[in-house]
Amino acid sequence: MYYSQFLSRVCMPHAVLLQPKESWNSSKSNDEIIVGHCTKVPRNSNLEKLRSGYLFPEISRHESEHLQKNPDASLIRLGIGDTTQPIPDTITLAMAEQVRGLSTIQGYRGYGAEQGNMALRKAIAGKFYQDMGIKANEIFVSDGAQCDISRLQMLLGSNVTVAVQDPSFPAYIDSSVVVGQAGELEEETGKYGNIIYMNCGPENDFFPDLSTIPRTDIIFLCSPNNPTGHAASWQQLKQLVEFAEANGSIIVHDSAYAAYIRDGSPRSIFAIPGAKEVAIEISSFSKFAGFTGVRLGWTVVPEELLYSNGFPVIKDFNRIVCTCFNGASNIAQAGGLACLSTDGYHDLCKVIDYYMENAKILVDGFTSLGWKVYGGKNAPYIWVHFPGMSSWNVFAEILKKTNIVTVPRRGFGPAGEEYIRVSAFGQRQNILEAIRRLNSFL
Amino acid sequence: MSLMNNLSTSMISSSSSTFFAPTSFNSRTQSVSVPLKSINIVKCVATPQEQQNAYKTKVSRNANIAKLQAGYLFPEVARRRAAHLLKYPNAQVISLGIGDTTEPIPDVITSAMAKRSHALSTLEGYSGYGAEQGEKALRAALASTFYRNLGIEDDDIFVSDGAKCDISRLQVVFGSNVTMAVQDPSYPAYVDSSVIMGQTGQFQKDVEKYGNIEYMRCTPENGFFPDLSKVARTDIIFFCSPNNPTGAAATREQLTRLVKFAKDNGSIIVYDSAYAMYMSDDNPRSIFEIPGAKEVAIETASFSKYAGFTGVRLGWTVIPKQLLFSDGFPVAKDFNRIVCTCFNGASNIAQAGGLACLSSEGLEAMQEVIGFYKENTKIIVETFNSLGFKVYGGKNAPYVWVHFPGRSSWDVFSEILEKTHIVTTPGSGFGPGGEGFIRVSAFGHRENVLEACRRFKQLYN
Repeated sequence: MYYSQFLSRVCMPHAVLLQPKESWNSSKSNDEIIVGHCTKVPRNSNLEKLRSGYLFPEISRHESEHLQKNPDASLIRLGIGDTTQPIPDTITLAMAEQVRGLSTIQGYRGYGAEQGNMALRKAIAGKFYQDMGIKANEIFVSDGAQCDISRLQMLLGSNVTVAVQDPSFPAYIDSSVVVGQAGELEEETGKYGNIIYMNCGPENDFFPDLSTIPRTDIIFLCSPNNPTGHAASWQQLKQLVEFAEANGSIIVHDSAYAAYIRDGSPRSIFAIPGAKEVAIEISSFSKFAGFTGVRLGWTVVPEELLYSNGFPVIKDFNRIVCTCFNGASNIAQAGGLACLSTDGYHDLCKVIDYYMENAKILVDGFTSLGWKVYGGKNAPYIWVHFPGMSSWNVFAEILKKTNIVTVPRRGFGPAGEEYIRVSAFGQRQNILEAIRRLNSFL
Repeated sequence: MSLMNNLSTSMISSSSSTFFAPTSFNSRTQSVSVPLKSINIVKCVATPQEQQNAYKTKVSRNANIAKLQAGYLFPEVARRRAAHLLKYPNAQVISLGIGDTTEPIPDVITSAMAKRSHALSTLEGYSGYGAEQGEKALRAALASTFYRNLGIEDDDIFVSDGAKCDISRLQVVFGSNVTMAVQDPSYPAYVDSSVIMGQTGQFQKDVEKYGNIEYMRCTPENGFFPDLSKVARTDIIFFCSPNNPTGAAATREQLTRLVKFAKDNGSIIVYDSAYAMYMSDDNPRSIFEIPGAKEVAIETASFSKYAGFTGVRLGWTVIPKQLLFSDGFPVAKDFNRIVCTCFNGASNIAQAGGLACLSSEGLEAMQEVIGFYKENTKIIVETFNSLGFKVYGGKNAPYVWVHFPGRSSWDVFSEILEKTHIVTTPGSGFGPGGEGFIRVSAFGHRENVLEACRRFKQLYN
């Protein structure tokens, strides 16, 4: 996640002197001016609207800078939500077996169906959408939710309006800007003109007050939520579905953390009647199975979901998948199938328990220090309130004083400060050490 | 059993399929004698009558996608194959259509992937998110294997899950306000992704072209290299060499002209080198062998056809630091932003395989498999030559481009399928310049290729 530093160049023959573009050059490298050929290809103006690098490489960059200044620092990474525990044997054995099969005539597989291996699609339907009427052919296997979000944006195009939670996973906003939906950036507020930001805080139980939200075509909702950790209740999701129905909107429901739910909250938007006509659901094996590097996820597009002209959204998504993608790795898919076997699933639940035990330690730790803590009960994220403080400042202080990496609230949306996200992925001893350090610092 | 009905409201061109590929289709099995493993028939989605009463959202369909004329080419071919098998369940279908590799992956490569898989179950060996740009060791190996002495550095290389995905990511970088040129015929992903991105106008049925795309005709007459004096300036030029589907490999002289053309016009070449290792002649394998190319070109490549990674998914894109937009902004920076935002890295297991591919043992093993497919190509070329056909390609690529003058390529495709149970790819699927040609792919088990050639001889003698 470390991107190299780039040099600015002066183009010949125009000799255009570049204004120091600190806005896009978020790394503090020197801008050297070098003479070179410029093409006449205009830069995509949508990308110019992005003010900094994507959030998580930015966090990495801060980490690296800190390490450069403090080479002996023992960093504890509770920032980027990266899984740390090994993948259970059942699953890696299945992947290794698939791999070895690729060296044999009977076991060799070339191109797979772009939509995914049918056995896996059926297994996903059976495991997660039993009794919800979601069929295997409505499930599209992918290389992960982040990629699917962008494919969905390509599907939807630039002429749709979008609502996101604030705070939310940055890929929704960033992909919206990239595709050209977002309108102009208002520098003072940091908000994009065409995006509706649905504020989520303790005052509204971390669920948007839909009575204050204008209609948009698309509504992104993540539950359990990254970063706040809130799992929407059945009632809240029902409200959302009704809202979407009334407005003719499409919900994109991100259920990447559904496996972390402990309190019986719905694990899928499709648990709500009527959702099939108004929602798409994306999900992932990343946090469920430690597949952050293996790369596997899926998107559900019900056949009932129709555009205003009656055309099924699933047909166009299929076209995108066949044209802009070529299927998830067959090795990852073999792993995915093993994840959904009885043994595999059982083993994965133990890993999830481990992370949620971490979460409990973090919740208790911060609470005992007198901080108001949210989340950590249905998601591997703790949302800690630092009233009246700039979140990047808190981030920097914590990093400087305790060598712990977190993520500032500001990275998840423009409308707020005062919160820090602490991720519960980590080795137990690091979590315990983190609490020890925070005790002495805070 | 019924296949999913076509519900599209978009126009259907007469030269393309009248059906859309079902969404649940696992259409890519490749063995001859085993019938299609799982035909997953989707029940009919609402008929137009029911649709009128069905709930509709108020979200407008993306007008760009509505411009597409039919399904993507290869699922179309697969659908025809499947329909054929339904009609002739005992037919020994031989697939020389979709360019799908068939030979097992060499052990040296799979053992590295197996090792990586097992390592993920250990504390020391577990890794989570990788660098979105790819693992350092792999980027370094790619640079030294393919771009040695060409001034391409490790961090100019972005590892991906394949060239097709990279093409779309590049289109996302470019956005809708650029113009593009493609060879005609060409790999359909360039045009289709351009349409989706909104760079094109409507499809013009009379000429079978999308408005706003510059089609650079490549024919036997011009040696399958466009007459650049007749090509209008566009921002982006897609160029594939060795070429899919024609098999033509551009010479150093031709590529030098192309680079100069791009330089003079301030254009960016997207050079698709997915078949470079199939080159027999002494032509450039990378665009960066041409002086000045680093200021005008991007190169995409893939492990698919080298290592049989069509299902494993691994490729890469090279963007030199010297490649700048008109305002001086480095293209690589925007690509990096897209890679970090719209992607999350290629599978770490696939990358471990990629690294093994580039070891000396791995390279040797890949050359052997490539040699095997090249031998297939030779057999196919000889067959069609002996039957009196005008045959192109086959020397520098695993594709044979056979001329059927005056005939509709979908008709020839259907005839061959009907009469010999062999799947090929109709040339018009690659653009209007492909009309009158059939692409025969050389991926296949040797006995299937030999059997196919026997059947061709029977049909065309």
